[in-house]
Amino acid sequence: MSKPVRKSIKLITVAGPPSSGKTSVILRTIEPMIARGFTIGVVKFDCLTSEDHHRYNEAGISVKKGLAGGLCPDHFFIANIDQALQWGKKSGFDLLVIESAGLCNRCSPHIREVLAVCVIDQLSGVHTPRKIGPMLKSADVVVLTKGDIVSQAEREVFAFRVRQVNARAAVLPVNGLTGQGNLLLQKHFQNAPTTSSLENYKLRFTMPAALCSYCLGETRIGQDCQIGNVKTMDFS
Amino acid sequence: MTKTRMLDQKVSTLVKERPYLLDFFTAMAITLPRDQTSLKEFLQAIPSAHLTEFSLDHQSLTNQCFDFIEQMETFSSQGQRSITEVTIKAGHDKNGDPEQHEVVLRVGEVVAVVGPTGSGKSRLLADIECLAQKDTPSGRQVLLDGEVPDEKKRLSGDQQLVAQLSQNMNFVIDLSVGAFVRMHAESRLVSDVDSRIEQIFRTAVELAGEPFTLETPVTALSGGQSRALMIADVACLSASPIVLIDEIENAGVDRRRALELLVKEEKIVLMATHDPLLALSADRRLVIGNGGIVAVLETDNKERQTILELLGIDKRLARMRDLIRKGNRVSSLTKEGASLLGSSQV
Repeated sequence: MSKPVRKSIKLITVAGPPSSGKTSVILRTIEPMIARGFTIGVVKFDCLTSEDHHRYNEAGISVKKGLAGGLCPDHFFIANIDQALQWGKKSGFDLLVIESAGLCNRCSPHIREVLAVCVIDQLSGVHTPRKIGPMLKSADVVVLTKGDIVSQAEREVFAFRVRQVNARAAVLPVNGLTGQGNLLLQKHFQNAPTTSSLENYKLRFTMPAALCSYCLGETRIGQDCQIGNVKTMDFS
Repeated sequence: MTKTRMLDQKVSTLVKERPYLLDFFTAMAITLPRDQTSLKEFLQAIPSAHLTEFSLDHQSLTNQCFDFIEQMETFSSQGQRSITEVTIKAGHDKNGDPEQHEVVLRVGEVVAVVGPTGSGKSRLLADIECLAQKDTPSGRQVLLDGEVPDEKKRLSGDQQLVAQLSQNMNFVIDLSVGAFVRMHAESRLVSDVDSRIEQIFRTAVELAGEPFTLETPVTALSGGQSRALMIADVACLSASPIVLIDEIENAGVDRRRALELLVKEEKIVLMATHDPLLALSADRRLVIGNGGIVAVLETDNKERQTILELLGIDKRLARMRDLIRKGNRVSSLTKEGASLLGSSQV
């Protein structure tokens, strides 16, 4: 069944550390929306391998997979994001969810004027919100997963510490297994702004930077081999 | 206070009035000045290189600081405005037939939620949790103190209505009991942290029966002790007016005392349980079937008397459990078993 090409669609970036439950949260959130008549597609960005696209396929959701391989996943993501959006428009989606890898805590795929969601796992401990950088700090919605197996006290401390680093975001507990709590996230998805092209859009925060000899394939260790943007520690 | 005025204030004064700021800066490894430095001078003096490590610059740090202060002020004023009543306006069951019962839950009340698997207990609890506004599959609407909750506030997730106590929950962090409760108390912005720790600790030990200390690591507590600490902590510190209990373990926790404590602390207690002793200890039972509330049973006098009988059985079971724990033989099992079923004497 071919759907009409769309001029602009709702775009959502979802980031979060590995195994925090991004795919489950997205699935549990978009399934009821699809049941209500939305057409939704997903682009999954990952690093080396990803089996998650099978989970989307099994749920009957159109999905594209992109593997960054040896590149920084964030840089790979941003070089492909507008094409992803064009694919979404061509496919006639109402809404396109971009799931990014979030491999290091310095990841920052969020784009201004595009709904930014960060998924973090409460099982990872109450110190986590302080360790995660821009992907949490610049998010519009912070989704807290795995709360069903963590004490209420830790859940409250966790939410408090998320607010400490990002007081503006909505903070929503969602259970990725049962979907409990997904209704409010659905509403945020539905209210997301629409986008026709990402040209001239800007990232909310600079991406992790590196341009040194190791980026270009250097494997030898030693001062003579470190050329370019290198940062050294002070051991004195 | 306006932002400009706050920027001119001394950091030391601000921190005295807003102790949570200490935590805010400590989290970024920034030491606060004790001298006359104003907030503006202090913020500007932080080296850019240090801020970059936290993905910040001077402007975003200042904004974040003010956002946080604003959030905390709302947060602490929320604590004062506590909810006393939650109304669940009738929706419909899985066939779309209207629900016959509108339910009002009040603080200090214990309500059991009963019904077979798949009957819709989780749906009801989820409706309360997300403050359903006729926008969930059940079509129910939840009112707080008789009013429709603000939609913007609902979407922000600021108001978590339901605190949970479930068998599956664990302590994840590796801290002593004292440090653990302190961490929670500080995030709740309570003013008398030490006395609160003492109160929770004492209550937890009392509920658990088996003693532990403030220095015991939370991860080393027994099942019963952990449950007792979680119950005491939720009763005395949680921000949520409703406490949802899915089962209180048989062993190690005085279940009736736990309920009394939660009621005393002005919680609305919801229990998804079929344990006769707990279900009959509730003021009412909501009977769920086919996705709707099919009946509301007030616990009647006959049932209240049954509680005494159940308490007798409970005590006997506890005694037998104790005999087994101590390595004794339970010789008069049939006699004990007969009296378990037969007499109500304790």
